[in-house]
Amino acid sequence: MENLEHIIIESGKAVQPFHYSVGMYGSKFFHELKNNRKFVGVRCPKCKKVYVPPRQVCGECFMEMKDFIEVGPKGIISTFTILRFAFIDPETGLQKPVPYGYGFIKLDGADTLFQHFIDVTEESKVKIGARVEPVFSKEKKGTIKDILYFRIID
Amino acid sequence: MDAAIIGIGMTTIEKNKIACNYADLAWEAVNKALADASITIDDIDNVITTSSDFWDGRTISCMAVGDACALRHKNCSAVEGDGTFGAAYGLSRTLSGDYKTTLVTAHSKGSESISSIITNAAFDPIYERSLGLDMISASAIQAKQYMNVTGTTSEQLALVSCKNHKNAKDNPYAQLPMDITVNDVLNSEMIAEPLHKLDCSPVSDGCCAIIIANADFVKKVKAKPVWIKGVAFCSDAYFMGDRDLTKTIALENAAKKAYVMAGITNPENEIDIAEIYDAFTYQELMWIEGLGLAEYGNAGKLLEKGIFNRDGKLPVNPSGGLLSGHPVIAAGLYRIAEIVLQIREEAGARQVNAKRGIAHGVNGICGQSHCVWILDKEK
Repeated sequence: MENLEHIIIESGKAVQPFHYSVGMYGSKFFHELKNNRKFVGVRCPKCKKVYVPPRQVCGECFMEMKDFIEVGPKGIISTFTILRFAFIDPETGLQKPVPYGYGFIKLDGADTLFQHFIDVTEESKVKIGARVEPVFSKEKKGTIKDILYFRIID
Repeated sequence: MDAAIIGIGMTTIEKNKIACNYADLAWEAVNKALADASITIDDIDNVITTSSDFWDGRTISCMAVGDACALRHKNCSAVEGDGTFGAAYGLSRTLSGDYKTTLVTAHSKGSESISSIITNAAFDPIYERSLGLDMISASAIQAKQYMNVTGTTSEQLALVSCKNHKNAKDNPYAQLPMDITVNDVLNSEMIAEPLHKLDCSPVSDGCCAIIIANADFVKKVKAKPVWIKGVAFCSDAYFMGDRDLTKTIALENAAKKAYVMAGITNPENEIDIAEIYDAFTYQELMWIEGLGLAEYGNAGKLLEKGIFNRDGKLPVNPSGGLLSGHPVIAAGLYRIAEIVLQIREEAGARQVNAKRGIAHGVNGICGQSHCVWILDKEK
């Protein structure tokens, strides 16, 4: 074929908005987070593992879980990263300001790890095993963004 | 097992194959595989395509490559995931006795979208997605914990990058052949701690096709068969926070099952070569350990001794691996194709001495599920 210029078709800015059901377990989690600034987990009747966020089924035991218990709000950093590269924020389409911390946090009383941002103002203190607490937003929306981030406590 | 791979076809892996759409890539790979097997499309009686709707930016993405994969008037099915899983489905169809030959294809073009947004969409939309986690940041979190528990160092991670990019210099299909040093890796841009730019695989375009045939059909064709001795896959929890990210339970289970099928009791000594899903440097080391090719936490030390070099005792990713070209979805099928070339002694300048090898694929975030293939020169 002769040497033609490559043509590209752009998808345009069309979006497909979804309305994700959070389910009854998620609703309980977000109601407690919004109204009482508390974290709710759920315990497996068989292995006794406490899951946060709560969900209906223990994937390890294939058991239905109904035993809701409060966990956190404090915890420890199990693992984390500090983002240095400005990725596109999927919510805004804009580059995220860097650096920022992202951590997997073991909330007190929970057996699974809860994800959120970690404040890296005092970067040297951000370590695996460091103790953290949540900082909540002023506005109460009932989403994961009701938590602004977790910060290191000494 | 009464099945063999009788043909493979790969496109070159590139940053942006702008001259080709998905179907063009599939057409090239499929025809190469048919020629490699010395058969025609009429000899193919069923087809598995492997693709991802999100990566392709269209619903039912498998249909877009349909004509190029010859699925018209044939039994066709599709897998959304890594190509090794598509091939496992294709193998089970061949072994069912209903089909003699299965064509398996896998493609993606990372160049056409913003990969961090695509991989972000793999996360839970209620709890995780809006926080912006993507494949790189998630993997950084796993790397941090793995290094913390095992004592594996950034220098050891960097050595993986040096080894694989160097190996790619002898692979005409690879995207990033490079001579780099440990310092080059450590001085490359920090993306998400502890991962530097050169700890990460690139965004890539590519398509791979393989043809699986039953033992009766193998007898009728000229092609050199590479026999399938063991295939197994296994999954772990979806939520990363539910898993111990420093462990590779799913991989260990898959590997053990595949080894039993293949009659392998001591993989460290009985495997000659491995093509492993090294999307990130630390993952090559973790997966080597999960496959039982090194003690837990010891892969970095063995790497330093040169064990996994192309001239080492157990060459790992002599093709250059994913670090040298990572067409998502197709990547695992490329691993299978590379092992086939090696066992047939047709790997050119990257040839190693190998009669039996492992091809490994991953699906999901941070190794949620793994697929292990054991391929052999002998039936």
